[in-house]
Amino acid sequence: MKVQRSILAVVLVSLLAGTSSVASAQDSGHSMHGMHMPEIVIPAGAGYTKADVEFMQGMIAHHAQAIVMARLAESNGANPQVLKLSRKIDQSQVPEIQIMQEWLRQYKQFAPDTSSWQHMTMTGMLTTAQLKELEVSKGVEFDRAFLKYMIMHHEGALKMVDDLFASPMAGQEVDVSVFANDVVTAQTGEIGIMRRLLAQLPPK
Amino acid sequence: MRVDRGLNFLRILLLASLVAPSIASAQTYPTRQDPRSNLKPGRHDAGTAFLGMRLVSNTHKPPELDSTRGLTFANSDIAFGTHYAYQGNFAGFTIWDITDPAKPVVASVVKCTTSQGDPSIVGNLLFISAEGAGNRNDCGSQGVQDPKDHMAGVRIFDVSNAKAPKLVKNVQTCKGSHTHTVVPSKKDPNIIYIYVSGQSNARPETELAGCKNGTDPDDPTNSLYMLDIIKVELDHPERAVVIPGARIFSGLDVDATCKQFCAPTDPRRPAGRGGRRVPGDTAAEPLHTGPRNCHDVTAYPALNLLAAACSTHSILVDISNPEKPFRIDALTDENNYQGRHTAAFSNDGTKMMQTDEWGGGTGPMCQESSMIELGGNTVITLDAKKKQTQRAYFKLPSAQSAEENCVAHNGGIIPVPGRDLYVQAWYQGGINVMDFTDPDKAIEIAYFDRGSIDPPALVDVPSAAAEAALAASGGRSRNTIGGSWGAYYWNGMVYSSEIDRGLDIVELTPTAQLSANEIAAAKLVVLTDYNPQSQPQITWPPAFVVVRSYYDQLVRGKGLAADRLSAIATALDAAEMKSGAARASALNALARQVDGDVKGATDSARVRTMASEIRRLATASK
Repeated sequence: MKVQRSILAVVLVSLLAGTSSVASAQDSGHSMHGMHMPEIVIPAGAGYTKADVEFMQGMIAHHAQAIVMARLAESNGANPQVLKLSRKIDQSQVPEIQIMQEWLRQYKQFAPDTSSWQHMTMTGMLTTAQLKELEVSKGVEFDRAFLKYMIMHHEGALKMVDDLFASPMAGQEVDVSVFANDVVTAQTGEIGIMRRLLAQLPPK
Repeated sequence: MRVDRGLNFLRILLLASLVAPSIASAQTYPTRQDPRSNLKPGRHDAGTAFLGMRLVSNTHKPPELDSTRGLTFANSDIAFGTHYAYQGNFAGFTIWDITDPAKPVVASVVKCTTSQGDPSIVGNLLFISAEGAGNRNDCGSQGVQDPKDHMAGVRIFDVSNAKAPKLVKNVQTCKGSHTHTVVPSKKDPNIIYIYVSGQSNARPETELAGCKNGTDPDDPTNSLYMLDIIKVELDHPERAVVIPGARIFSGLDVDATCKQFCAPTDPRRPAGRGGRRVPGDTAAEPLHTGPRNCHDVTAYPALNLLAAACSTHSILVDISNPEKPFRIDALTDENNYQGRHTAAFSNDGTKMMQTDEWGGGTGPMCQESSMIELGGNTVITLDAKKKQTQRAYFKLPSAQSAEENCVAHNGGIIPVPGRDLYVQAWYQGGINVMDFTDPDKAIEIAYFDRGSIDPPALVDVPSAAAEAALAASGGRSRNTIGGSWGAYYWNGMVYSSEIDRGLDIVELTPTAQLSANEIAAAKLVVLTDYNPQSQPQITWPPAFVVVRSYYDQLVRGKGLAADRLSAIATALDAAEMKSGAARASALNALARQVDGDVKGATDSARVRTMASEIRRLATASK
């Protein structure tokens, strides 16, 4: 109960606060800024690895930033296709965050909340400056920045899945395996769509 | 109490930001007024809602495979042979003796960790899809430490003794097998081909020789961008081998709609080979926008066609030579409908019903606030040149709860003559029957649904009971994944593989939208085996119920003047009272009268077919 309450409080704060506070991002890696992440302990005989836990924790932050990006589309005047795609990303990734959180809780691992994107930097995530650029872009400039950065973001997610499966014994627990493959299927398709949408934008 | 208020606030916030007002579809958002909404939750005591269906039996999972722990013990797809149903499971499979559909009996349970375990049956051989990274050659559940123990591909079991299946061979493929499809040889009844769809990346060459990930669809050494094929000799399954696959994904990344600002071809690649570089894209590799695999491919061997549901594209493939399939047409639609999953042909092969598994099946995508243009079905028509056109769109017209994972999934044709009916699973959205006879207007004519497996985990009503429910759920934010994986019509009944609740067997019941004659005509179709992804061509024996199916359709659709219909009914009844030559003579006389009705009829094609069915019945009556 206690965990739930604190997570909810942070969810609300992060959603309301939007993009006001952003940590600096790096190109890759799993790093935290100003956030206490409990040490990952894998019980003996567990059917999952530390890499699985790190993947699920990191992907929550990754997804949470994608949702923040997607929710800028309406206010920033995205074109109808980009708006539709952004809604799809939003509605797809909210339940996926729940899947990841539930998986972590099931194995009594720390489940980050949706504010974690401000503190955790995963492959493909936007830097403060990039997110600011997206925030202030309007209309076709927003579309261009959104597609460019969301492609980068999605490619980062695919890299995270590749890294997961490259880790010894990782990605074997059934729910992680299914989820990671679902991420690949969904985001590979969306990258294709975004590349097409980008090519259809009017010239600068 | 603070928790509940917070959750309520969160929900309002989420709803406000999720509701999408613009839709390019005639369908409106589902309301919660549908009888399927607000059903009582429960694993084995959930509330139910039926239209045009009744539950004949629900048989729980056998104890060996009965656990709600994530997807580890999830039931998957079903195949049918003689009096058995072969039900896949992520931890093995169950063979059910379904001689009495009211009381299925377990013939055997095989424990063998194999996600996702989709089965096909051909004679005595059962084929099972293996994709997960933890699947082992020896079926164990301890995971893979040494890559040489990893099994990704298709397992072959000998089930000649249904009580004691034996693993014959594990056929390894580069991408593993998410699903697979049986395609018979045209020449040799002893040969079948298994078309394999894998969702994963290719395995490293160190694990399986010849496997390579790549980004170029045309690269012949690239294991991605390929439909894998296994060749099986039925009398020697141990000799099953992977043969060169089909490169049906080449050239799909050229942007046909790019008119204003087309990206230049990547300078590193020769012209005409795709791989356009898009301005602003930072990827170092040549860029591709097309799919690299399919989720499912559905063969219609009698018509030499394969409907491949491949991410963003619907791909039609010629399988005249099953060893050398080639693409005929590819269709994409980026506005609606994005994760193509499964297709089924109409019996005449001029139409397809295709599903979109938005989100992969684990998310609640049928809520009031869910985007209506995603996670449903589309009807695709094929013209004489086999070019595809996307027509009606259909999504489950019932708002499901946040506790119910729901999206379009697997289904198959119901063999009612004169109509294109499709029964389909929607996970916890239940099963339904859609009529896509009119490709521009798919309608729902039957359904069966239960409430969610678990009560709401994120309670939003501040009450002591709600607090207790939340505590009892262990503070869950997500519910058990369940519902119908696949629902198929097989020899008189609809069989639904319930991921968590076992095996459901459902019978169609007459309604204004489906008559007793139509149901009886469907029951005349008896198959010896059925793998839903390898579609049989249906023929009906001559019968009064077949004639009356067309008759009922003419009455329902007002396809012929009422006085003529009434006269035809009387004449049919009179003919049925006769026998032998007298019946044949009466039927031939009626057929001649019906010939005369064709010209003035609103639905002249159906009247003409009815006349020919009357003649066929006359011939059979002699």
